[in-house]
Amino acid sequence: MDNGLKMASSGKQLIKSMAGNNFGDVMVVGGGVSGIQASLDLASAGFKVYLVDEAPAIGGHMAQLDKTFPTNDCSM
Amino acid sequence: MEGEAGNFKVRLKRKPRYVLEDKCTGCTVCVEFCPVKFPDPFNQDISQNKAIHIYYSQAIPLITYIDESCLYLKEKKCRICEAVCQNDAIDFSQTEEFMDIKVGAVILAPGFEPYDPGLREDYGYEKYQNVITSMDYERLTDSTGPYEGQVLRPSDQQHPRNVAWIQCVGSRQVNPPGANSYCSSVCCTYTQKQVILAKEHDAESECTVFHNDIRSHGKDFERYYQRAENLPGVRFIRSYTSVEKEDPETKNITIKYATNEGGVKEEEFDLVVLSVGLNPPTGNESLAAKFGIELNEHGFCKTDPLNPMQTSRPGFYISGAFQGPVDIPESVVTASGAGSQCGALLNYRRGDLSTDRVYPPEKDVSAEEPRIGVFVCHCGANIGRVVDVPSAVEYALTLPNVVYAQEQLFSCATNSAEEITEKIKEKNLNRVIVAACSPRTLEMLFRDTLREAGLNQYYYEMANIREHCSWVHPKEKEEALLKSKDIIRMAAARARHLEPLMEIELPVNKRALVVGGGIAGMTCALSIAAQGHEVCLVEKEQELGGTARQIYHTLEGLDVQDYLKDLIAKVYHHPSVRVYTGVQITGNSGYIGNFVTTLQSKETTTKIEHGATVIATGADVYTPSEYLYGEDERVLTQLELEEKIATDDPAVVDAECLVMIQCVGCRNEDRDYCSRICCNESVKNALELKEKNPQMDIYVLFRDMRTYGYKEDYYREAAEKDVKFIRYEPEHEPVIEAAEGEDRPVLRVTLPDYVLGKKLEIDADIVSLAAAVVPSAGTKELESMFKIGLNPDGFFKEAHVKLRPVEFATEGVYLCGLAHYPKLISESVSQACGAAGRVLALLSNDIVTASGSICEVDESLCIMCGACIESCTYGAIETHETPQGKRARVIPVLCKGDGLCNTKCPVGAIQLKHFTDQELFSQIDAEVPEKAKTAV
Repeated sequence: MDNGLKMASSGKQLIKSMAGNNFGDVMVVGGGVSGIQASLDLASAGFKVYLVDEAPAIGGHMAQLDKTFPTNDCSM
Repeated sequence: MEGEAGNFKVRLKRKPRYVLEDKCTGCTVCVEFCPVKFPDPFNQDISQNKAIHIYYSQAIPLITYIDESCLYLKEKKCRICEAVCQNDAIDFSQTEEFMDIKVGAVILAPGFEPYDPGLREDYGYEKYQNVITSMDYERLTDSTGPYEGQVLRPSDQQHPRNVAWIQCVGSRQVNPPGANSYCSSVCCTYTQKQVILAKEHDAESECTVFHNDIRSHGKDFERYYQRAENLPGVRFIRSYTSVEKEDPETKNITIKYATNEGGVKEEEFDLVVLSVGLNPPTGNESLAAKFGIELNEHGFCKTDPLNPMQTSRPGFYISGAFQGPVDIPESVVTASGAGSQCGALLNYRRGDLSTDRVYPPEKDVSAEEPRIGVFVCHCGANIGRVVDVPSAVEYALTLPNVVYAQEQLFSCATNSAEEITEKIKEKNLNRVIVAACSPRTLEMLFRDTLREAGLNQYYYEMANIREHCSWVHPKEKEEALLKSKDIIRMAAARARHLEPLMEIELPVNKRALVVGGGIAGMTCALSIAAQGHEVCLVEKEQELGGTARQIYHTLEGLDVQDYLKDLIAKVYHHPSVRVYTGVQITGNSGYIGNFVTTLQSKETTTKIEHGATVIATGADVYTPSEYLYGEDERVLTQLELEEKIATDDPAVVDAECLVMIQCVGCRNEDRDYCSRICCNESVKNALELKEKNPQMDIYVLFRDMRTYGYKEDYYREAAEKDVKFIRYEPEHEPVIEAAEGEDRPVLRVTLPDYVLGKKLEIDADIVSLAAAVVPSAGTKELESMFKIGLNPDGFFKEAHVKLRPVEFATEGVYLCGLAHYPKLISESVSQACGAAGRVLALLSNDIVTASGSICEVDESLCIMCGACIESCTYGAIETHETPQGKRARVIPVLCKGDGLCNTKCPVGAIQLKHFTDQELFSQIDAEVPEKAKTAV
């Protein structure tokens, strides 16, 4: 289950780097699958990331999908 | 937004949520009481939601927000949510806030917007109730969707039995205005998915797909297409269609379509799904203006043609569908790639802003009597409404070794986790059970809570009384309480036997090895080197360049040879890249962070120690055995044709007539996949030939033209320049023979013409074959040497097709370029940067941590039968000599803790730590009394 969720909640590094002042390394605009992946990668590679999205939660269009091709895995 | 690469200042506007994020627990009591119902945009407005609601059921953060439909915000009335919230989380005093942040680089990942067919009338969308979009359909099949996973049609909420899909809605169309000329790339395959799901939801349903070319150009897509097509009751009909009318009574929809065999037909369907394409994201123009980047003619981001992540502004990168229509794997690949390019830009400040978390020292409690604390979670109403939580707490206190128990509204809330930490210290607990939900999502969080309290994290146990109890027994409250007690008793039994385990920390060698010196390998090597790591780049040929050495131009007209020359020079000049050409890899050992690879050249053997490996070994071209290839020198492959065009070979550029045959050596039984790039390659060569010799007759014999994305524009251009595209079916492949033409010797190509319904004969001077891309020769050896997998077609297999597309299941080994699957140069560059990004996520750390829950052999019991060694898919068990003879031994860093070997061992000599026989049997014993067991 919960592929997307796993990705987001495994971002311990990301949460860690969110602390502190308003000085960061990279701003990622858009919290869909691509924005989340970019943020996680950068955070695990030692950068402080701001992930911004206009929606009240991250996930983007992928969160709206039921299954994904070609494996029919659950999208979430 | 101001500043330049390395130093941007951004002002962000934060919209008020009217809910305090640190107080809201997501219990949704407020949602129940909120009087305002409003169409839910997340469910495509099909169902309703409240003014205060959680964005979607698995949203992160999983807390509510209040939208504009709120009565208080509109009319200063109501405030019921405020009154019912037990945590005082509602805050109507919130206003827009501005926040200034400083960053060194920006990644734009705004995604796409589904095409809106309501903008035009020809599909009947918004006019006929039972015409919906594919995005609507996506929500209908979803279990969290408007009807909880039931597919119901809008007019009468009945299950549709006869559903039609119409492809290319808003894509591949120049008219009417608002439609997109490009191909949206993903719709063919997502429709196949929806057909498969429709049949899963209702095996009796009839599914019809009206399509143009089927574009299954992605990895494993061809088989997926066949899977959908071969389902009973599924038809794929190649035809243009129009939505004719709606039956006023049944609300069924009539579609008119034309086929080659049967002429024009009309057919009625219960439901019509429009397979809408991908538009640029809403607000693309203001986004571009705000950030000072350029858009392309389609409204997506303008990028460097050979670096799809680089915008027109330095320091600004993009990822995902902002580059144009791409699927999820490509979105994930470009995300890692954009990250890698930010990393190269900002390498000088890496690690400066991140801080390590410090835990208190761990207490040794292994000699103490177990003192178990149980925390029973209400999960808002999720558990509490069904299970009598106070009774469960009371019961827990009666269990042996349980010294403390309490209830919590939400155990996962930050303050609750802090409470657990405090209680561990106060009550001197040395085991903790949280009776709540599935360990899948929250076990990691609670383990962390134990570490905060100075306890070993493996002293934590979870009792799942939500998914396993309250959610499945909502109407049987008494029995649910009994079951919850059982589950808690079992957890306590196991907790008594839990042992502290150490995670393994491995040092990381900071060097990377890149295998393969084509564009993918070189780009990846440079990207890693630019981020401060030494790279060894290994190429089996004497020269770098790979397949690109045979490519002269891209479809967009870029000079590949110039690009390649420049790239090779950069590789040789980079002080951190060591190039080894003309060498073979003869050995590889080790594990993530610590590999040793042996290289063999004619003279010398070299051993390289490295922390990460990238496989970028490219692919080969199929040597056709069909169509007189190799027998008649007028029959060429597309790559050979390209060379002859580039060198102005008169036999080619002065030809009167040239025939191209697509899908040679693939999309057949031997190679059941599409080579992805050949349609583009043929269109490219056709356009170049037309440029050099406009009089030439060019025929492209194809099965499906797969010029996906923006390539569609070049396909259209070729058709406009009178390149003739003729479709053939695999059952009636073209036949070619050497013959005498009217005035010259020719290659006579014969095939049926389905449109005209007769046999066609074409007298050609040159025939060029779109020969398949096949896995490179050394693939099999590399597979076993690096312990990495292959897919059924013989290409390397990534760890996860979408979420881990550039790495192998074998940790520390990554993948890019044609070795993964046929792809265009720009796509190889994306993947190469993506792989570099993933490599950096590893090499930036000094250590990697491996789980403590791994297997261990009791050598006094081992009989050395070898069953465990055979069962381990990770190669994590080896034999070694002991004074008592040979015994099996687990290599801890390779063990993934799947426990497969445990079940194979005939004498119980191998155990998985944290899931030992003792721990698991104690749970079973706690549930099944002795008597019952003997009775069985």
